[in-house]
Amino acid sequence: MPYNVRLDIFEGPLDLLLHLIRKNRVDIYDIPIADITEQYLEYLELMKEMNLNVAGEFLVMAATLIHIKSRMLLPVTEEEDDEEEGVDPREELTRRLVEYQRYKEAVRDLDMRLVLGRDVFPRGRHHHLEGLDGEEVFVDVSIFDLIGALKDVLSRIEEPHSLDITVDRFRVADKINYIMERLYREETIPFDALFHRSALRGEIIVTFLAVLELAKLLVVGVHQTEDGIIRIYRRTPGTLVRTVH
Amino acid sequence: MTELGTIKPIIEALIFASNSSITLDRIATILEGEDRKVIKEALDELIKEYETSERGFTIVRVAGGYQLRTRPEYSPWIRRLLKTTTRISRASMECLAIIAYRQPITKGEVEDIRGVDSTGILRSLLEKRLIRIVGRKDAPGRPVLYGTTREFLETFDLKDLSHLPTLKDIQMMEEGDACGETPEGDSQGRGDIETEGRGDDSRGEGESERQGGNLPGGEGRS
Repeated sequence: MPYNVRLDIFEGPLDLLLHLIRKNRVDIYDIPIADITEQYLEYLELMKEMNLNVAGEFLVMAATLIHIKSRMLLPVTEEEDDEEEGVDPREELTRRLVEYQRYKEAVRDLDMRLVLGRDVFPRGRHHHLEGLDGEEVFVDVSIFDLIGALKDVLSRIEEPHSLDITVDRFRVADKINYIMERLYREETIPFDALFHRSALRGEIIVTFLAVLELAKLLVVGVHQTEDGIIRIYRRTPGTLVRTVH
Repeated sequence: MTELGTIKPIIEALIFASNSSITLDRIATILEGEDRKVIKEALDELIKEYETSERGFTIVRVAGGYQLRTRPEYSPWIRRLLKTTTRISRASMECLAIIAYRQPITKGEVEDIRGVDSTGILRSLLEKRLIRIVGRKDAPGRPVLYGTTREFLETFDLKDLSHLPTLKDIQMMEEGDACGETPEGDSQGRGDIETEGRGDDSRGEGESERQGGNLPGGEGRS
């Protein structure tokens, strides 16, 4: 591949599904499986196209979704399948999503507390959270929100999938320079303003990868405002962010 | 019995000199023979004094002990001083939350909930001492069980685990499958935190909000 952003995605298939449920504003207890499965596979496709690490769990979930979808298509006959009679094929998945969502809510609650070393400080140094380790975090947004934003940008261009032809013309390194130059002048840029109106698919993807790379290097931050707009901003040099991963 | 006015500055000095939060038990041991009720009274007064005077820091009750901490409104300046800030990634926070509410819990059970491999994250949380190994599960392979630590409570400004924010039920359909967490398991996993958190709680804050060992998650309800 002409570019290789080795980005480990710490979010899993359930995060992607919750993202899709939110994005489509559908009821978690009545998931339109066919639609969601299709979109799920599109995201997976895009992630592979970008050479992101797609963990095996994503493929297992894809298989699960397809299985549920096919079971939903089967006519419900009353005699067969006594033990599964009346059971919604989506039930188990919904249960998992709902449970996972509860913990995500709990994370929000914990994060709102007065966190030691962030909001309140003891005397001297805070010992146990010190030290930066390799797998740093860099974005305040879910990777799927980012990929979703990327998909929106891609959907606005007419060009079909022609990545193979165009990709050589764009290099992550060039786009990194481009973004940094812009950030010198603008301080913060809305995500979709990073792309020219006339940009080609390959260019958009390479720019996206450049953002990820910069974020990974902690040079830029990615932040989502209340209204859902994703913005890239320049990190203040000198402020080391200690992270726990 | 010593005058309250005599032991108050001693206790203040002890809190000041402690590396992390100091428990009432520990203070009582140091102030040999001093009535715990008097110590508690002195502590309460100290806390009130710091609260009412306009200082940059206060004494907080956290992780079953007492600690001097800067007031949240001054954090921007402290961050400038230290040039660092604690940030815990979303994925780490998720694992922490799951472990906090469901402890003792195995890696496999955490992964079942998150739907994604969490090996690296758990290792890092262990290194940061936000979680610890509390035992092994009586199941095939005897997998390791994890629980949260005192540092976890300190980091999130929690007096003890019963003060965790309540898990919200998003109209759960059924909650029958809460496998792997048993009442015995709960008490076993939080043993040391319990002892530190209790006993000195004459104000009964821990108990009044929630009974004893119940996790606020409302798990195990049938």
